[in-house]
Amino acid sequence: MLHLINESPFESNSLEDCLRYASKGSPILLYEDGIYAAMAGTRIADRMAGVAQDHKLYVLREDLAMRGVDKLIAGVNEIDYDGFVELVEENKTASW
Amino acid sequence: MAKLMIVFRTAPYGSIYAFEGLENVLIMGAYDQDISVLFIDDGVLTIKKGMDNSGTGIKDFSPTFRALEAYDIEKIFIDRQSMEERGLTMEDFVIEPEVIESGQVEKMMEEQKNFFMF
Repeated sequence: MLHLINESPFESNSLEDCLRYASKGSPILLYEDGIYAAMAGTRIADRMAGVAQDHKLYVLREDLAMRGVDKLIAGVNEIDYDGFVELVEENKTASW
Repeated sequence: MAKLMIVFRTAPYGSIYAFEGLENVLIMGAYDQDISVLFIDDGVLTIKKGMDNSGTGIKDFSPTFRALEAYDIEKIFIDRQSMEERGLTMEDFVIEPEVIESGQVEKMMEEQKNFFMF
């Protein structure tokens, strides 16, 4: 199952909630304010590096650019809107 | 002259709050008030450098923060912990707010006639 996160991890529990239930290997896509979870150097960066190992972690490039976020933790896959659509076509989705 | 503070505590594009906050700063600035601006929590992300909104149809309003000086708004502060938790340093911002500690925030708010959270 594809897990979708669009809220900042500093303001919302949606990412934490998702991680409690997501099976190892399930893809996770961060978009809108969700992309802040993939920023390098944050207080959750170490944890997110682990998440990127246990899951295929995607971020939406347009949302990174809009927010001026260019330094990411290791192991994150940037995708564009077409990639977003492909992921949604290939998987059942859960929006947290 | 009333002491007024506008507090930014949300990220710039996930909601309309930050943009509304900036509008408020500019409107009050036009009325010659004693205005302070404070960035805390995800609000520090509103002044992140390097935003590129081309092709999104959404206005990048971060450059407008650089115009605050023209409105004589010079009391601009940022919470150190909020920056550090997000891995940001002063080089990451479009303006140079004065860095304060979280323990100073409440006192600053109390000194105002009014403060507004966005």
